[in-house]
Amino acid sequence: MLTYLLQRLASLVLTLAAATIVIFVMIEMVPGDPAAFMMGMNADPEAVGALRDQLGLDQPAAVRYLDWVKGLVAGDFGVSYTYKVPVFELIADRIGISLPLTLYALVLSTLIAIPAGVFAASRRNGAADVSVMGVTQLGIAIPNFWFAMLLVFVFAITLRWFSAGGFPGWDAGFLPAMKALTLPAIALALPQASILARVMRSALIDTMGEDYVRTARAKGLTARQALWRHALRNALIPVLTIIGLQFSFLLAGAIIIENVFFLPGLGRLVFQAITQRDLIVVKSVVILLVFAVTVVTFLVDMAYAAVDPRLRRGG
Amino acid sequence: MDRTRDERRRWGAARTTRSFLVGGALTLTFLSAALLSLVWRPYDVTRLDVASRLLAPSADHWLGTDQYGRDLLAMVMVGARTSIAVALIAVGVGVLFGVPLGLSAAARRGGWLDEFIMRGNDLIFAFPALLLAIMITAVFGPGAVNAIIAIGIFNIPVFARLSRGGALSLWTRDFVLAARVAGKGPARISAEHILPNIMNLLIVQATIQFSLGILAEAGLSYIGLGAQPPLPSWGRMLAEAQTMISLAPHLALVPGLAIVLTVLGLNLMGDGLRDMLDPRLRRERRA
Repeated sequence: MLTYLLQRLASLVLTLAAATIVIFVMIEMVPGDPAAFMMGMNADPEAVGALRDQLGLDQPAAVRYLDWVKGLVAGDFGVSYTYKVPVFELIADRIGISLPLTLYALVLSTLIAIPAGVFAASRRNGAADVSVMGVTQLGIAIPNFWFAMLLVFVFAITLRWFSAGGFPGWDAGFLPAMKALTLPAIALALPQASILARVMRSALIDTMGEDYVRTARAKGLTARQALWRHALRNALIPVLTIIGLQFSFLLAGAIIIENVFFLPGLGRLVFQAITQRDLIVVKSVVILLVFAVTVVTFLVDMAYAAVDPRLRRGG
Repeated sequence: MDRTRDERRRWGAARTTRSFLVGGALTLTFLSAALLSLVWRPYDVTRLDVASRLLAPSADHWLGTDQYGRDLLAMVMVGARTSIAVALIAVGVGVLFGVPLGLSAAARRGGWLDEFIMRGNDLIFAFPALLLAIMITAVFGPGAVNAIIAIGIFNIPVFARLSRGGALSLWTRDFVLAARVAGKGPARISAEHILPNIMNLLIVQATIQFSLGILAEAGLSYIGLGAQPPLPSWGRMLAEAQTMISLAPHLALVPGLAIVLTVLGLNLMGDGLRDMLDPRLRRERRA
């Protein structure tokens, strides 16, 4: 187990290192000089030069790359070109919306998908199964931002149960804040719940065909008892992997959904930073999201290996 | 008991054919709309006609008009062309690069090339797809071509992994051994013996990636990073409809339904194809 853990840890570090290079090189290719952009159209060339100097833009790329990575490790992400505040503060501020939104959506998706998948699997090929699978087909095909617009139209504009967008802040209280995140979380959760329900269903159908389930049936358990006591627990393993993977889809999906609902989260931050050429913010947010995704994948792998010893050998 | 199981099995088989037919019909509808738009459109999509703005669907404008008086049917038709072209070329990029990479990784299993290709795949998978797509279009500028590149890059590891996995199990088979004895090199074996045998897998995956590509293109153009005006695209039609939704809900319904039906069609077709092409699944259904 220890060798497996070290192997996976090494590959995690390598992936992250490679990711920093990819992000850095891509940002280097962005046309335009951030210093000139910050100073505006009619800036004095000398002032722009001084700013370039101050931002360290005149140093060789390799030096700037190392400085950036050193800063990342130390938790110093640099100072935003446009907001003139440390990027760390900006991110810390915005993550208070994006992370709860992502987790909210993840919980919703799991709460919908697992019962739906179990229900469909236990009535395999029956009318109930066909209906659940039909709904999930539709759920996968619906773009989440369109679903978000429809939710706004029905629940905010027509019924007036929710506001159409914006965020009151956590200071306004837990419930108002969660209420503002509810429609976005539902919009984010729908396609993921559809995928998860399908995975749950097929995993359960697979395990129901295993020998130990047959043994349980032979011992006199009904199909339903065998499902709940034996099959479900094992079927949850692939489902957990997908839930881990969905974290990254939801986190990235939040970028678009935050724009639909005007939520001041990481997604809106990165999007505004791109249009304002605030490259240091773009770099930091992207590497942070990549970090989150790789770490979650790593944890899922570890959990997987802890549950199923066969996976520890080679990967 | 056996009787109901038999009935269920037949019901399942019929459903496979039906989902393939329904999916195929939907896909064909949008494909024809896209192709038809090359030679004929009910109205010009670049002409603004303020007098007939925000019209509800009628005999003159089957799907109504938008806030600039443009005909929605014409826009959906041209939008279909944009979406389908972007998604299709992006799948092509994935197949063109991914399949040879996967096949060569499998041919030199465990070698440095295999390792390099697989680690490269892991790296791409570490980026949330949408995030990298947004970065690529932000760096190189928004537009249909950069959207294709952004979506295509994510298709490469998908096809590389799939063809490597499919090829690995084939390399141990007797017919490959026979080909090696006959003196064929790895490249020739991959092309002549491995590739035809993983074609089914690739076709099914291509359908799925095609539908994901349509969704991705819609998402990118919704946030303004896809095809640029005046070229209509479904995603931007939705973005423009957003502020008008309480005045004219049909503006949001029409392009949204176009996306949903196209993606649904492709997914149903992919599911049906997989069930029909995969002999393992077929046997399971028979057993």
